[in-house]
Amino acid sequence: MEQDVNKQIIQLEQQVEALKTKISNLENSRKDQLSMAIVSGDMDKVLAAMVISLAAAAMDTKVKLFFSFWALSALRDNKKKAKGKDLISKMFGIMLPKGKNKLKLSNMNMAGMGPLMIKSLMKKQGVLSIDQMFKEAAELGIEITVCEMSMNLMGFKKEEMIDYPGLRYAGATTFISDAGESSIQLFI
Amino acid sequence: MTQEELQNLQVTKTVDARGTACPGPLLEAKKAIGTIKTGDIMEVLSADEGTKVDIPKWCAKQGHEYLGTVEVSGYFRIFMKKH
Repeated sequence: MEQDVNKQIIQLEQQVEALKTKISNLENSRKDQLSMAIVSGDMDKVLAAMVISLAAAAMDTKVKLFFSFWALSALRDNKKKAKGKDLISKMFGIMLPKGKNKLKLSNMNMAGMGPLMIKSLMKKQGVLSIDQMFKEAAELGIEITVCEMSMNLMGFKKEEMIDYPGLRYAGATTFISDAGESSIQLFI
Repeated sequence: MTQEELQNLQVTKTVDARGTACPGPLLEAKKAIGTIKTGDIMEVLSADEGTKVDIPKWCAKQGHEYLGTVEVSGYFRIFMKKH
């Protein structure tokens, strides 16, 4: 009888030890960091992503953004041109928005009227413009990573991407590794 | 702090963020708090109802002391002490 109880106590102690290790691992591995995967190329969603990122940066939370697929349109510089594209890449290049100011709204786009209206409303109400948001983001040290695979898939080239401090090109593993150590992870 | 105490505070830095909307006031507060000393009082003026709720959260995260808000006609005076 006593032996059984002792055995159980030892087992419980072992479980507590294992849990303690797990908790300390969790505590140490999560940084005050926001990782966001931005996949949507809709203006409203990119705006939301930037507002959340800036608010986080204002709170001294490290922000790492991973731009992928349609969101890459937001990182195109409309003054830059890339050479040596094949036919499909050229078509994609023409059909997709050239830069963050050319993005469409997910609702009420009305052939481009919607984005113009939103921009004028934002100005009237003192919301930062999308260009100002990227400028602030750069000043606050928000990191932007371009998903290289989707960039190649959509026929975009590095030469046509915006000038942004520390802009880097990487793959999904980088996002997963950043997200794994972040206390906040978002997907837009 | 009472409304009267808040109004009589010796404010070191006033951040007028009435022209900007979220997250503008927070960005301005972040920049301004770096320019004052520990123990100094800063106030943020904002016409934005959201900022009134956001600033105390920002203070809690940053370790500054949120002192209170005074509502003036059409805008808020949000007070905090730098720690």
